[in-house]
Amino acid sequence: MSWTGKFLRVDLSKGTVKAEELNREWTRQYLGQRGLATKYFTEEVDPKVDPLSPANKLIFTTGPLTGTAASTGGRYSVVTKGPLTGCIACSNSGGFFGNELKNAGWDMIIVEGRSPKPVYLSVENETVEIRDASDFWGKTVWETENGLKARHQDPMLRVASIGAAGEKGVLYACIVNDLHRAAGRSGVGAVMGSKHLKAVAVRGTRGVTVKDPDRFIKAATEQKKVLADNAVTGQGLPKYGTQVLMNVINEIGAMPTRNSRDVQFEGAHKISAEAMHEPRLSDGKTNLATNGACFGCTIACGRISRMDPGHFSIASRPQYKEPSGGLEYEAAWALGSACGVDDIEACTFANFMCNEHGIDPISFGSTLAAAMELYEMGVLTKEQTGGIDLKFGSAEALVKAAELTGKGEGFGLELGQGSRRLTAKYGQPDLSMTVKGQEFPAYDPRGIQGMGLTYATSNRGACHLRSYTVASEVLGIPFKTDPLATEGKAGLVKAFQDATAAFDASGICIFTTFAWSLENLAPQLDAACEGSWTPEVLLEVGERIWTLERQFNLAAGMTAADDTLPKRLLKDAAKTGPAKGLASGLDKMLPEYYQLRGWTPDGVPTAETLKRLHLA
Amino acid sequence: MEKSLLIQPAKCTGCRQCEMACSFEKERSFNPSRSRIRVFDIHSEARFVPYTCTQCAQAWCLQACPVDAIKIDAATKAKVVNDNTCVGCKVCTIACPFGTINYVADSGKVAKCDLCGGDPACAKACPTGAITYVDAEQTGYDKMRAWAVKTDTQSHAHA
Repeated sequence: MSWTGKFLRVDLSKGTVKAEELNREWTRQYLGQRGLATKYFTEEVDPKVDPLSPANKLIFTTGPLTGTAASTGGRYSVVTKGPLTGCIACSNSGGFFGNELKNAGWDMIIVEGRSPKPVYLSVENETVEIRDASDFWGKTVWETENGLKARHQDPMLRVASIGAAGEKGVLYACIVNDLHRAAGRSGVGAVMGSKHLKAVAVRGTRGVTVKDPDRFIKAATEQKKVLADNAVTGQGLPKYGTQVLMNVINEIGAMPTRNSRDVQFEGAHKISAEAMHEPRLSDGKTNLATNGACFGCTIACGRISRMDPGHFSIASRPQYKEPSGGLEYEAAWALGSACGVDDIEACTFANFMCNEHGIDPISFGSTLAAAMELYEMGVLTKEQTGGIDLKFGSAEALVKAAELTGKGEGFGLELGQGSRRLTAKYGQPDLSMTVKGQEFPAYDPRGIQGMGLTYATSNRGACHLRSYTVASEVLGIPFKTDPLATEGKAGLVKAFQDATAAFDASGICIFTTFAWSLENLAPQLDAACEGSWTPEVLLEVGERIWTLERQFNLAAGMTAADDTLPKRLLKDAAKTGPAKGLASGLDKMLPEYYQLRGWTPDGVPTAETLKRLHLA
Repeated sequence: MEKSLLIQPAKCTGCRQCEMACSFEKERSFNPSRSRIRVFDIHSEARFVPYTCTQCAQAWCLQACPVDAIKIDAATKAKVVNDNTCVGCKVCTIACPFGTINYVADSGKVAKCDLCGGDPACAKACPTGAITYVDAEQTGYDKMRAWAVKTDTQSHAHA
């Protein structure tokens, strides 16, 4: 019934696999996916664990709506302790892997230990085996996925795998499924690599059932219509993808550019959604070939791009002449604006590299931007970069750096440590645009103040997917707030964080929240799974998840001092645009935020708060 | 009026809502592997193609069936498998030129699209209009119309 009620425990050290019953008390308190896996993880893993040691665990997990007809209901999450941050990490992904796992009869896979040799996990309904992957070690994600389909003689196989980056400990390596969908952030792929687990290959034919089928279909159909009728989810995202934001965010002066020295990028329009739709001079084709959906998604924001076959980068990579997962806003920003690169083909090429090798384009682009600033200062020399002329704006440098980092070779290994470690190594820690060691994404907190508080308090390090206040501050969803004001943002961030955690726990995509609130989610969950799911209950589940993640981070050694932003954002005012003269007002928002959360001024949940949330 | 499923791949985003609607209609569970309509992801061409039984007039499946398990629905003209008669011999799967009738190991029978008795669940669930249920004699209408517009270059040249 919505949950399969079973999960797999895979011990790679011992080479054992066993099925266990899901703790149903925990599904009531934490729903599924991000929530449920966080509960299991925090119960089983010491917060002080070294993320890349066998004692860390890696949990693949689905939500109760995963595999159902609820729009976007195909997601899965990966929960672990992140090597980039030392915080709890939870990365989620779309595509078709999550629903396949659920269809195989499993809600979750807990991976423990470390295999003595490279292996992959094969899951065919109840037949689960740890198999040798020696001949796939060192291969790219694309080679691995296609290779496993061939080995199993099964084109329907769904594969989540890592590339060389994950094997070699690139700290922001991701886990990629369906060639270009990724559990992208915080280095979950590096943890997978440290366990010598190359891939998880799943085929499921058992089907997913819900509690009240007729009521569920009615609710899901009604809510799909809400998405279709909404301007963002019904028109904007299908046509332009998340890339619709490039020109918008640049206009309002919130586009972190050249390692956040600037808040506007003069070349933004050249790497925008509009540019992806424009026919090229060379072959008359557009960069965007089509949009594509993840499992069950009625929005279909995914970009499938076709590169210019005459572009300089493609000579050595004939496979990039075929269409593949193209630029999303965050990637276009990180590979483009952050590095000052306005060559959309080079950005697409680097994006293909990130997908093929399994690295997070946000952290990669942002780290490269920091390296470019070090290079410009003369701190990094051409000898140290292995001959790459690492100038801001250089498409050649972007292309070369992406390949080296994806393969974990040469200077790419240094870039693969992330900008905090890189800038510290060269004595310039303030040039790292990170929070808790994770690079922040494509919104400058000087132009969108709520995002400053969002980054500073995010439990997995800087991230936009933990409270997307851009929706309110820029797009006016569910109501418009002033992006340059700090007043009221503490409450806004808390509300977004808690609601987002509930959405993440349900098995669907956060992009539905442009049109849906918990009022739209609740009736679908209530019809799908046991329990009584109301917006109020879901909000409490969200707050419980958030607070549990916080408790783990505090136990791992984080303190209130880590809830901060890079000095550049706090001290250097924006030079242009609507935010000109403004720095981040984090200090005005953070104390109020702690208070609203029921935490002490030191950011620690009080006994009362823990009791209220049944966490103590 | 006889109706048929009209599939327009150019409108498909590959979301599989049709597969879920089909499996739910037939199995009461969401199970793409049991769907009678399948979406193919032609990755190298950046195309998604929904594909199912076209209810062809020759009906090789029906003709090949040694136990007469496949009958024509009088109202919809759909070729429908009778589970009580089907012996799971798979001859129909060999006879069908399109591969749209398939053996299901769990049931030991074959399964194919039966147009849901004239109200196909896949068409209702498709969010982009890539699958519609229309007059069988007009399935080419939209394609004709699109080409008519494209070939109408003379009038513009002289305008």
